[in-house]
Amino acid sequence: MSGPDGGAAGGGPGEAGNGVPIVEIEDLKTYFPIRTGILRRLAGYVRAVDGVSFEIRRGEVFGLVGESGCGKTTLGRTLLRLQRPTGGVARLEGRNVLEFRGRDLRKMRRRMQIIFQDPVGSLNPRMPVSDIIGEGLLAQADVENRWGERKVRDKRVGDYLEEVGLRRDYARRYPHEFSGGQRQRIGIARALALDPEFIFADEPVSALDVSIQSQILNLLLDLRDRHDLTYLFVAHNLSVIQYISDRVGVMYLGKLVELSPVAELYANPRHPYTIALLSAVPDPDPRVRKKRIVLTGDVPSPAAPPPGCRFHTRCWLREQLGDPEECATIDPPFREIGGGHRVACHFAERIREEVSTAAVIGVEEPPGVPGGADPISQAS
Amino acid sequence: MAERTVAVTADLTPAELEQLLLERPDYEVQLESLNQWQLAWRRFRRHRLALAGAALFLALVAIAIIGPFFVHYDYYEIPHPDELVYAGRPPSWISGDWDPPLLMGETARLQRDILGLVVNGARLSLVIGVGATIISVVIGAVWGGVAGYFGGWLDSVMMRIVDSLLTLPILFLILVAGKFLGRGDWPSVMLIFGLFGWLGLSRLVRSLFLSLREEDFVDAARAVGVSDGRIILRHILPNTLSPIIVAATLSVAGVIIGEAFVSFLGFGVDITQPTWGNVLTSSLDFLQQGNWWWAFFPGFAIVLTVLGINFMGDGLRDALDPRARI
Repeated sequence: MSGPDGGAAGGGPGEAGNGVPIVEIEDLKTYFPIRTGILRRLAGYVRAVDGVSFEIRRGEVFGLVGESGCGKTTLGRTLLRLQRPTGGVARLEGRNVLEFRGRDLRKMRRRMQIIFQDPVGSLNPRMPVSDIIGEGLLAQADVENRWGERKVRDKRVGDYLEEVGLRRDYARRYPHEFSGGQRQRIGIARALALDPEFIFADEPVSALDVSIQSQILNLLLDLRDRHDLTYLFVAHNLSVIQYISDRVGVMYLGKLVELSPVAELYANPRHPYTIALLSAVPDPDPRVRKKRIVLTGDVPSPAAPPPGCRFHTRCWLREQLGDPEECATIDPPFREIGGGHRVACHFAERIREEVSTAAVIGVEEPPGVPGGADPISQAS
Repeated sequence: MAERTVAVTADLTPAELEQLLLERPDYEVQLESLNQWQLAWRRFRRHRLALAGAALFLALVAIAIIGPFFVHYDYYEIPHPDELVYAGRPPSWISGDWDPPLLMGETARLQRDILGLVVNGARLSLVIGVGATIISVVIGAVWGGVAGYFGGWLDSVMMRIVDSLLTLPILFLILVAGKFLGRGDWPSVMLIFGLFGWLGLSRLVRSLFLSLREEDFVDAARAVGVSDGRIILRHILPNTLSPIIVAATLSVAGVIIGEAFVSFLGFGVDITQPTWGNVLTSSLDFLQQGNWWWAFFPGFAIVLTVLGINFMGDGLRDALDPRARI
């Protein structure tokens, strides 16, 4: 929080960025064709990301949660042009990154980087660390930054190894000589060395030992402040998201169902799916008895999503409300309900009336135990 | 403080380095980093079997290059009538007859010294075996790599071509191609084996590329803006080296034996230019008469070559893998 450009970024977790969007996503779609038979006939599409719109503000950590297969990773990969988009617009400071080609695309890549989930698979086992980090520099070299020169490059590699808390001379080692946490730091250094503005962190801590997770999370927050970064942070772990995010989006089956500042979301969730997710967070205190909402059935296939609201087949609220017609027929709009809180549910307002959120989440004292709990102890 | 600097290079193990630092705490030790090839060489050097294999192979290459200057052989040289009695003699160290001294015996037909045939045959056998392998590895790696990396319809088209070529009886194809390329001269034999030997390898390489291109480190390279060509060469290809090397060593042996087989059918290298293959082939008629040495020595030369190359390939594979312990 003390870096030269830390000013633009918000302070601690829970505070949003300065409000200027850096990334704007509009109706983004990524479909995967399903081909069958020897003629590879097109049999349909898996709608991994199916019409998602939101914006990420400069300096914030935007957390994205949802079950496996809901499209979180595909969304980020599409944004970074690692996956071909099917439709929609994704703007980085006003310019649609989905249209970039050739030179422009390469230049864009410098500004948007990725941190991978798997610290083993994301580092080429046959390359020394100096090449792993230096390769991006070489690819982005120009007369101005002089990254094409070995000396300049090596120095920068060393600088960034130190920046992520590793030793300079680790540059000559190979990935297998490091622990999981160290490898993840190398992956972070690789992304950081290009001096990006935006980083897509794809579950960067889920493969790590719990004791290492908080180290890496704190490193990421630290780097955000020092390098004026913006994160799109994907995770399964709701405690991690609560700790690191400023705003949170909840995805279900390729769509965003709820989006809100983090404190608001954890204190006042308005989508039945979010409430079910939050009720599944284990409490570190064994004496607290929680009532869990157990969703029945499987996630429907993203190749044939249910009509109307995608969640209606498993929705506990719909059951309580006596199966209203519109749930199964009308796709609920993603609407603002005040305070930057957006939700895609026809009956978001009735959640307060029909069910006590506190009772559902199972906390003893309604005002905000989830928000008030020590985030670090939950994160680790 | 840093008045003296010790440059630590390849030959210090971590333990030795530690010892040095303990003994001379006043030294500032500057690590001179080893590049990948130095590291690979270090690993190779410590692989005994590989060194033996390399030595064996290099010895055979040396024999092929300089041997013919010492052991004369000329197909058109007609033996002196007085020497006709030597025909079909076993090696001197078996028969005890040292006039003339025959290390590997003599052939029965036209009485050639088998030593001369083996030494002079080494040239073409090795050149054909290694040359055809290089050709097929290059074609197979590029073909399979491109198909596997880009996938889609390109992959389908390229692999269907391989499939249809594989349905052809290769041997028959080689014989027909031999007719067009000119029978009996070694470059065309090498070319034919090279041009038809890459099919299996391209499938192997394709499958490796298909799985490797999904790896996160490939995406990471793409995300920082590395070009497709460089991703293929720097990220994927090095990770396919092990199976390619194994396939290549097997291929050298296969081609040498295949050349023998084609020669046997009369489509290989002309008998005027000895290869281990055609010497082996010509011995067949006389094996029943007990002339085992005629087949044994060229066959043994093939076995040694294959063994040497396999050991060498084994060591090379380990040496090129940074994960292998030093």
